[in-house]
Amino acid sequence: MARNKRSSPEINAGSMADIAFLLLIFFLVTTTMDVDTGIARKLPPTAEEQEPEDMQGNARNIFEVYVNKKDKLLVEENEMEIEKLRSSAKDFINNNGKDPSSSDSPEKAIISLVNSRGTSYEMYIAVQNELTAAYNELRNEASIKKYGINYTELNKAKQKEIRKMYPMKISEAAPGEF
Amino acid sequence: MSKFKKNKKSGTPPISTASLPDIVFMLLFFFMVTTVMRETEMLVDNTLPQATEVKKLERKSLVSYIYIGSPRGLNRKKQFGTKAKIQLNDAYSTVGEIQSFIAAERESRAEEEIPLLTTSIKADVDVKMGIISDIKEELRKAQAYKINYSTRKELN
Repeated sequence: MARNKRSSPEINAGSMADIAFLLLIFFLVTTTMDVDTGIARKLPPTAEEQEPEDMQGNARNIFEVYVNKKDKLLVEENEMEIEKLRSSAKDFINNNGKDPSSSDSPEKAIISLVNSRGTSYEMYIAVQNELTAAYNELRNEASIKKYGINYTELNKAKQKEIRKMYPMKISEAAPGEF
Repeated sequence: MSKFKKNKKSGTPPISTASLPDIVFMLLFFFMVTTVMRETEMLVDNTLPQATEVKKLERKSLVSYIYIGSPRGLNRKKQFGTKAKIQLNDAYSTVGEIQSFIAAERESRAEEEIPLLTTSIKADVDVKMGIISDIKEELRKAQAYKINYSTRKELN
């Protein structure tokens, strides 16, 4: 009886906060909150028989971008600085048949990107970034014109509709040595 | 007079710290849940290029990573040279091993998740496109069409 009555000594919880702080600092230090970001692309299937037919004959709908091993740009047979690539790509895509040497319509416009094996990855990403930016800006402009809000704020169905107006067609040929 | 004296004596009451452990525990659990420990050791230099038109990579569990860069550190550079190398998981690999790497990645996922698998290419800025093109060709052969060129956000 007497035994039962004796209560076990209480555990001192005063140091609990210290232990918790220690763990907290450990996780604070090891935590990484960076989200992976990048340029998303879809590779074409390998099937060789399905040569895209609109690549032939219709040269006006192809916007040729070459990047050589010295990281120099050749756009539609003219040398160009990377800063101008975005605006000239936009002009090309959004030509709608005005200029006879430029594209018929945004749906038909194809950007052909050819790089050398010696091109630096940095330059390649810069070019991809500018081309993506051209499409993003055009889509955004179309969205504002049509719905009055930014493309990213549209719902999925409307985004798809805008994407259909400006489909991103970037074709990449096998890299050459130049 | 006595009224005022009494007031002065009591002073400000001490702030109770009894709930401090609770607050700390709450923070602790938050960081425990959000923490991601790096599971692979980097064997290659990896300074990502900058870009602005980026998309977030969602669902990290469905992403397989391919690292490309020159061997990291002076010792490894002496041993393996400075030419760009491919790192899959924890080891240097060759272009030919990519297909089996993708196959292994697929095997470890549920069937319905396989079409959602993305390959993230984490290449160093100094890498030449030749090796990247070879990798892309291998990925096409392995039918891993969804890729993502990993970049840093541009600092403006």
